[in-house]
Amino acid sequence: MMDGSSFRLKHAGQALRHDSALKHATGEARFLDDMPEPAGLLHAALVLSPLAHGRLDALDTQAAGAMPGVVRIITPQDIPGENDIAPIATGEVMLAEQMVEHHGQALAIVVAQTRDEALRAAAAVTAAITPLPPVLSIEEGLAREAWIIKPQTMVAGDAAAALEAAPHRLSGEFRAGGQEHFYLEGQIALAIPGEEEEMLVHSSTQHPTEVQHIVARVLGVPYHRVTVQCRRMGGAFGGKESNASWIAAAAALAARLTGRPVKLRLPRRADMAATGKRHPFLYRWKVGFDDAGRLLGLDALLAGDGGHSVDMSGGVVFRALTHALNCYGVPAHRITACAVKTNHVSNTAFRGFGGPQGALLMEEVLHAVAAHLGRDVDQVREANFASRTPYGQELDPSLTRRVLAEAKQDAGWEAKRAEIAAFNAAHPTLRRGLGSFVCAFGISFGIVHLNQAGALVHVYTDGSIRLAHGGTEMGQGLFIKVAQVVAEVFSVPVESVGLSATSTAEIPNTSATAASTGSDLNGWAAHAAATTLRERMAEVAAQHFGCPVEEVVFEDGQIFPGGAGSNKRLTFGELAKLCWKARVSLSATGFYKTPDIHWDATALKGEPFHYFTYGAAVAEVLLDTLTGEHRCLSAHLVQDCGRSLNPAIDLGQIEGAFVQGMGWLTTEELWWDGQGRQRTLGPSTYKIPGSRDVPPVLHTRLLAGSAGRARTLFRSKAVGEPPLLLATAVVNALRDAAGLVHLDLPATPERLLLNLKAIKSGP
Amino acid sequence: MNDQIRLVLNGAPRTLPPHQSPTTTLLDWLRAEGLTGAKEGCAEGDCGACTVVLEGADGARTPVNACLCVLGQLHGRAIRTVEGLGPQHTVPRALAEADATQCGFCTPGIVMSAWAHTREGGDPHEALAGNLCRCTGYRPILDAMARMQDDGAAPPAPMVPDSAKFGGFHLPASLDEALALRAVRPEALVLMGGTDLGLRFSEHREHPAQVLCLLNVAEMRGVEVRPTGLRIGAAASYAEWLRACRADAAWAPLVPYLARLGSRQIRGLGTVAGNLGTASPIGDALPVLLALGAVVEVAQLRGVRHIPVGEFLTGYRRNALVPEELIVAIHLPRPPEGAFLAAEKLSRRHDQDISAVSLAALITFEDGVVREARLAFGGMDATARRCAPAEAALRGRPLDDGALAGAGQALDFAPMADWRGSAEFRMEAARGLLRRLALRHAGLPAEIFA
Ligand SMILES: Cc1cc2nc3c(=O)[nH]c(=O)nc-3n(C[C@H](O)[C@H](O)[C@H](O)COP(=O)(O)OP(=O)(O)OC[C@H]3O[C@@H](n4cnc5c(N)ncnc54)[C@H](O)[C@@H]3O)c2cc1C
Ligand code: FES
Ligand code: FES
Repeated sequence: MMDGSSFRLKHAGQALRHDSALKHATGEARFLDDMPEPAGLLHAALVLSPLAHGRLDALDTQAAGAMPGVVRIITPQDIPGENDIAPIATGEVMLAEQMVEHHGQALAIVVAQTRDEALRAAAAVTAAITPLPPVLSIEEGLAREAWIIKPQTMVAGDAAAALEAAPHRLSGEFRAGGQEHFYLEGQIALAIPGEEEEMLVHSSTQHPTEVQHIVARVLGVPYHRVTVQCRRMGGAFGGKESNASWIAAAAALAARLTGRPVKLRLPRRADMAATGKRHPFLYRWKVGFDDAGRLLGLDALLAGDGGHSVDMSGGVVFRALTHALNCYGVPAHRITACAVKTNHVSNTAFRGFGGPQGALLMEEVLHAVAAHLGRDVDQVREANFASRTPYGQELDPSLTRRVLAEAKQDAGWEAKRAEIAAFNAAHPTLRRGLGSFVCAFGISFGIVHLNQAGALVHVYTDGSIRLAHGGTEMGQGLFIKVAQVVAEVFSVPVESVGLSATSTAEIPNTSATAASTGSDLNGWAAHAAATTLRERMAEVAAQHFGCPVEEVVFEDGQIFPGGAGSNKRLTFGELAKLCWKARVSLSATGFYKTPDIHWDATALKGEPFHYFTYGAAVAEVLLDTLTGEHRCLSAHLVQDCGRSLNPAIDLGQIEGAFVQGMGWLTTEELWWDGQGRQRTLGPSTYKIPGSRDVPPVLHTRLLAGSAGRARTLFRSKAVGEPPLLLATAVVNALRDAAGLVHLDLPATPERLLLNLKAIKSGP
Repeated sequence: MNDQIRLVLNGAPRTLPPHQSPTTTLLDWLRAEGLTGAKEGCAEGDCGACTVVLEGADGARTPVNACLCVLGQLHGRAIRTVEGLGPQHTVPRALAEADATQCGFCTPGIVMSAWAHTREGGDPHEALAGNLCRCTGYRPILDAMARMQDDGAAPPAPMVPDSAKFGGFHLPASLDEALALRAVRPEALVLMGGTDLGLRFSEHREHPAQVLCLLNVAEMRGVEVRPTGLRIGAAASYAEWLRACRADAAWAPLVPYLARLGSRQIRGLGTVAGNLGTASPIGDALPVLLALGAVVEVAQLRGVRHIPVGEFLTGYRRNALVPEELIVAIHLPRPPEGAFLAAEKLSRRHDQDISAVSLAALITFEDGVVREARLAFGGMDATARRCAPAEAALRGRPLDDGALAGAGQALDFAPMADWRGSAEFRMEAARGLLRRLALRHAGLPAEIFA
């Protein structure tokens, strides 16, 4: 099978621009809210809980129901199917029934003629809630053993004994905050009811199939009644998996009950209150090590805040656990991960999906060990690189070393160290710092059966090609990448591959576009479909040319017999027409499942990932010790993308992920008041990075000459999530600048300043 | 008197139908008109996805948040949206060619900020401060902007701001008219740039019955440079004030501070009068006005009052205006020769963020030691205010780290705690900002973005 590993690629591997780039810039690219509205459209708005926890005694909808334009107010009793939007578990309500479990939980849906009328009436619905004390911290959740995901422990050797016997011992505790996705386009769905219980749902979703399932579950209809479409999203980052599903279900429910099309577009505040975020984590660790910095024993707990319901917390805990040792090894360890139930919004997928949280553990541990021994942290890293994960999957420590060495080389590490020392000696209050980071990130969905994908390719008789696959476009450039794959198979210009909205009617039973697997899975599926067609077409061409089928060449839109001496040629379109006349089907589906992955969830052993991708970063920061303000001055990133499918797209993913990671770790803080009300519900209070926050020197390089070893698509590697972790280098640089080991995250000016003050005033 | 809203949209004059609500936001109206390039990302003026540009007759291009402006206040203005550039324009092309779009939702707004920037120039980060992009990490956007050039497009014909009334929306052109309206319509919402009030329209979806919009009042317009200082008209935008500060070295210390107030979009609409009207403890103009000893000129039909800013601010979001009064202008005295003027802002993000703590200082010297120090803080109390004990601690001392650290110990604040900072942080940071003054005074790099 042609997988490109030994071929020169013409289309795959090209730095092609995003297919919609110019349309984005001219404003012509249509997002869901830009689509012409269907006749008779109604608008929905959600009624949200003003309290974090309590018994829902009654909803007073009378005043709201009498307001102008109001068509209907929907409460749980009106749901014809199940009031259950759980993506994986069961029993997660769309509209609260007896209990209110977080501030911002949806209680009811108001449907009105205009959006303003719906919003106004929703604000007028009042809820009688008997307040109950909310659980607002991971500590409290742990103390109550309120598990969302029960503790799972990876064990090797006898950690307690190893700690006991170790020449040195340290322990610590730290926290990492959650993160709001802040996709620029908020959650939105448009549901259009049809005949015989049909429902067409336009949804800004990463997971059309899940939208289909949840809409069908809420409406109580078979899946075949529900068609879900998505052309593009204005950003998603994991926030439009399970959350998009229930937003769409709410719109569909309103459409079903009113018999009219209904649009539900959340205002930003409602979006930030009602939809889940990245899981915050609490870490507790004890480590034993020798004089050389070799770790001998590690006992660690990683506890995530699951919020009030399960959602996808299981997967997040799995990934935190499988990435807790990152690319390091500790011979004796006991590592426990879990998620506790709190009265926060239910936390969900976010780029990295627990992996970035997991990888933070070793950074504090390694820095503590280095500080204790008076060694450079990179020496301690070096002493502990692993060739196997604790769950038994092979790592490639040579790649770990290579990416780190190259990032340090790119950054001019030694020279920077000297420069920084000179600067710090000269300036009374500003301090520079330097930090490194390296990681190995596992690629595949943690749940084995999700690693599958489908595609559908049609060739028309003019030689144009229509490509459909189950992946969704959220800005990550998936559509162009998969189109490149198809163009490569047929050896036609990528422009002759027409893209289409993702639809459950074309590709059924898909997985979310998530876990960085979008191009791996959908690219392979499209590759399979295109290859089937190419083989069929080659047969027809062989007959036409009178040559053996193996000799038929597809090249630059031409098909010809490869043997010497022939000057017969067909264009791709001519061959397509020939196939049609020969009554050969020009439509094929393709299917792919990731080979060789397995996971034993009881033993916590296996090879859950198809492969690892390696990345490293060096960051330099400047810290104002008078105020705690800081900025990143330079970042040098090296990311292993295998043999990149599209270096321009991959570069964008790396830079964007790095900056998003920087936001998570430095400026983005979710703040709840004492009653558990989230108070950072908009960009005025929740600060994602702006252009000035990006390091003026942002040097990004795709690791050269590192074609993937696993049988990946043209030997490429995934890129969506892994580079987000590289921002950890910024935290390490801040540790260096501030002279701190321990740092709760996000490292806001406040945290840095108060930490510095604590150091100054001594223990 | 006009009773229909007239504006120029993408070069074409438009007269809106009489039934058009004047308190509909520009963004909602554009999108309903089918111009869906501008997007709603937040409806609170922060994300910039809704950015459009006001085209001045003098060629100036002022980017603004279409989500915050209402139609009534745009009467007589020329507006350009992304659709008004067209697919062949070099600005959108440059962004597309630089891989500066991923999801593309932010892009039309960024196109419009960049288009304004090709004419206005200056720091590209300043141009982008009001535009968030969650996907790209901005580097390619900045690269694209570095390659863009002014298209030289001609400005629209000038339109004389006239007096107008659209139902209950009043747009007087003279002070007399405004005061008369104020007297008979005390319930009317007094609207200036709308960067505080706009949230009522855009986020809370309100349509107040009576609005008195003062943007066109002749006596309130513009920043006037006088030998004694600046007269900042109540309707003068921050952008105008900033331009005046950039033009005169005496005001140079204020430039980086004012350039961090909101974003270009916010500064294009917002006014100092609005900051005084809201009287928030974290209003960034207020410490500067306090340190410099500004005087607020207010008027009602019965007469004019000149109120020192310290007396104007009477409490948490309260000021000294009586119901019939309006702010007409702010008089900002020029710093004395040889004085040290500084303004410091501490926020979580450098750009487009509300201050946790702010400090403005005006310090005069005699024989190398401090003669008088005026230190005004924002974010430390229910109002922005000066700190007498800290001022006293500096008197007679050289302006060095020791003296400023001493002043820091004298701070008499019990600051609030919220998502922008705990009380402890605010105290510690206020002390840090004071100590920073020594670095500034010594001409050393004093901050991370210097
Ligand atoms: C995204 C964003 C960022 C911001 N960033 C900052 C920042 O960094 N720093 C900062 O300080 N502020 C900031 N603000 C707040 C706002 O921009 C300022 O407070 C601004 O000064 C308000 O001016 P305006 O003209 O828009 O006022 P408006 O919203 O029109 O009015 C504000 C108040 O003043 C009253 N008022 C206005 N003019 C008069 C008058 N002539 N007489 C009597 N009363 C009057 C109004 O009735 C109203 O109560 C920001 C706002 C937004 C939306
Ligand atoms: S919609 Fe975000 S600034 Fe207007
Ligand atoms: S490209 Fe997605 S927000 Fe900018």
